Amino acid sequence: MPHTKADVDFMSGMIHHHAQAIAMAQLAPTNGASAAVQTLSARIINAQTDEIAIMQQWLRERNLTVPVPNPKGMRMVMNGVEHDMLMPGMLSEAQMKELTAARGQEFDRLMLTYMIQHHEGAIKMVKDLISAAGAAQDETVFKIASDISADQEIEIARMRTILFNMANKP
Amino acid sequence: MHRTRSLSLGFGLLALAGCAQSSRTTTTPPTPQSDPRVGLKAGRWDAAEAVSNLKVVSTTRAPERHVNATNSDLAFTGNYAIQGNYNGPLIWDISNPSKPVLKAAITCPASQNDVSVYRNLLFVSTEGFNGRVDCGTQGVPDSVSKDRHRGVRIFDISDIGNPKLIANVQTCRGSHTHTVVEDPKDKENVYIYVSGSFVVRSPNELAGCVRETPDKNPESSLFRIEVIKVPLANPAAAAIVASPRIFNDLVAPPRHGEAQEDILANRRRVDSARAAGGFIASVNGVDQIIGGGFLRSLLDSLVKVRGGTGAPTGADSATLRTNLQSIVDKIVGAQGPQQRTGPTQCHDITVYPALGLAGGACEGYGFLLDISDPVNPRRIGAVADSNFAYWHSATFNNDGTKILFSDEWGGGGGPKCRANDPKAWGANAIFSIENRRMVFKSYYKLPAVQTPFENCVAHNGSLIPIPGRDVMVQSWYQGGISVFDWTDPANPKEIAFHDRGPTDSTRLGGGGSWSVYWYNGAMYSSEIARGFDVFELTPSEHISQNELDAAKTVHFDYFNAQGQPKFVWPPSFALARAYVDQLERNKCLSASRIAEVRQGLTNAERASGSARQTALSQMTGQLETDARASCDGAKVQKLVAAIRDLSNVLP
Repeated sequence: MPHTKADVDFMSGMIHHHAQAIAMAQLAPTNGASAAVQTLSARIINAQTDEIAIMQQWLRERNLTVPVPNPKGMRMVMNGVEHDMLMPGMLSEAQMKELTAARGQEFDRLMLTYMIQHHEGAIKMVKDLISAAGAAQDETVFKIASDISADQEIEIARMRTILFNMANKP
Repeated sequence: MHRTRSLSLGFGLLALAGCAQSSRTTTTPPTPQSDPRVGLKAGRWDAAEAVSNLKVVSTTRAPERHVNATNSDLAFTGNYAIQGNYNGPLIWDISNPSKPVLKAAITCPASQNDVSVYRNLLFVSTEGFNGRVDCGTQGVPDSVSKDRHRGVRIFDISDIGNPKLIANVQTCRGSHTHTVVEDPKDKENVYIYVSGSFVVRSPNELAGCVRETPDKNPESSLFRIEVIKVPLANPAAAAIVASPRIFNDLVAPPRHGEAQEDILANRRRVDSARAAGGFIASVNGVDQIIGGGFLRSLLDSLVKVRGGTGAPTGADSATLRTNLQSIVDKIVGAQGPQQRTGPTQCHDITVYPALGLAGGACEGYGFLLDISDPVNPRRIGAVADSNFAYWHSATFNNDGTKILFSDEWGGGGGPKCRANDPKAWGANAIFSIENRRMVFKSYYKLPAVQTPFENCVAHNGSLIPIPGRDVMVQSWYQGGISVFDWTDPANPKEIAFHDRGPTDSTRLGGGGSWSVYWYNGAMYSSEIARGFDVFELTPSEHISQNELDAAKTVHFDYFNAQGQPKFVWPPSFALARAYVDQLERNKCLSASRIAEVRQGLTNAERASGSARQTALSQMTGQLETDARASCDGAKVQKLVAAIRDLSNVLP
């Protein structure tokens, strides 16, 4: 099935969105994250790195611009000024700084909280995609959108449970 | 002070975290480097192949209109295999497995076009946005359209060469896959559990679809599976009859996995805590009791906030009670009251009607369901993986004493069999079922490394009816197919395989086995990019000719992988000999006794009538004595039973 502009925007934007999730997850081993958060982070890095490659390949094969993954968002030029546009749920510079500086339990708490925010953003991007006419009829776009939606919904629930259990001391 | 809670290693999830089970890798005879599946030449039609302990019986391409569309799942009826394909299902005559003949090719595009059969009916799942009610190929341009079909289609295949579309049952989330279920008390209908996990449709497209979560609208289309009732006398009238909520009350139990008693106990705990004035908050839409330590710290911060000192007062307590939910929401990053995430649908449900059980792979959880009332399945247990595997499908062993959940990590499109991909991800998790409680035992993953251009992960498969053993054949996409023995659930072992080189060595092309199932003596695989493969196991150190012959005595009239049939082996010499071979392999009968029993069986087989019966009956006495001393007394008893059954067969 042919693709639409919404498909292209989704695939391009998600590349940057994933890049930030990976950058966040890469902090886990060095910032003293708990075993669970380290495992979850490793899974996010592996899954989203592969998904970036799939999205880049999809764009390349349609002779569309292949973005270089930018954890700060999509590079835009507005009124002659270049800046990074954050996709939904992406962390601001201040939030990224805060996360980078955190250690141990505080890192866990911030990482999970911010990753939940981040995942919710991805799910919003999927919802925006499918509300566009004719979108996601391309097999690869449909599949990656539904996989992202399912995986990240599951992860959100897990992360909420971890956060609650961290707080809920007996 | 003795800790009474054994779990809660910081994340309090179900099952595995507190069970001190390290992930176990499989024993793999060839090293990853020397495995013949490494370094195979690429190509769509001419890739190199590696084979172990099986033979390729045939490979057949899809017809022209379907050859460049993804091949998906398989179902079987009589001498026909029905292969899902994104352009429409294909029906193959497999009377001669070495030369499958195309009987019909349906043009009706949609993903995934997963198929099941029941008598003269063919069921097809659709979830993609391009599926049309009229089976057209032009897609559906509008975001809301009466032309769109997402749900389950029904074809009449009474004349299997000319399938007729007779119903388009629409569902709110489409159907990624589905499961056919018979109700033994209801001969007039057959039921379908719909597994649809993607977006809820607009109510403008399908009336009654509700996109909000249940806390906002109790009629939510989320958090329920749909049950379609198909009247066999009038299948065109098929409709949704129930939408059971099997995800309610999913809480982290204090032990391995959740079991029925845990569900009830937790509810009682929460109810009595609430009645006693305890603090309860909802997380992921499920009530949780606030622990003492947490409570104290919350009260202390309230005291600080009002600039007070000392112990919290009654007023502090009241303030906390009012604000508790929003405080907890903030902690777990939930926006708004009781925003709920978590499993909203099952990806796949495998029913085992003979046992009244179903295994559900439900968005990260493995569910055990009681389906004694098929219209109202009930959850009686759940497990989650401490390695964060999200399960996609479930398979029981024949006795119903084990269950295997498969993690389709990467969704089937990702290359998850590379050297650095963890063995606990994209693998099978094997559990034993003890008193209806699931206990984790081990992981099984394809032992061979695959390239970054080969999508590879655990996917669909089925049991092979080798008597006395739990053996499964499974697809791994471009990892090929793997046959493994999980009789010892803690130590699964590969015993046969087939693999091809990548479809394309320059890009992640997609391909490989989507499903492979055993059916009446052969293994049939739906190869996404290459067509329809047929394999047969060959004898090896792992499987004897007798075991293969015994497997062939199990015959199906039809087969849907998600409706597991119970294997029953009719009496045969092959069956008895299979058990003898197994006792020789595990050395639980001496070499001399093995030789004697073999001779006894040969003599009995040569005889006929009452002479045969006598010859057989004479063997059982000594075998029963052997059983008492044997390291595998149960197997010897199986042999005794097999011989007895043979001797009871009228000559």
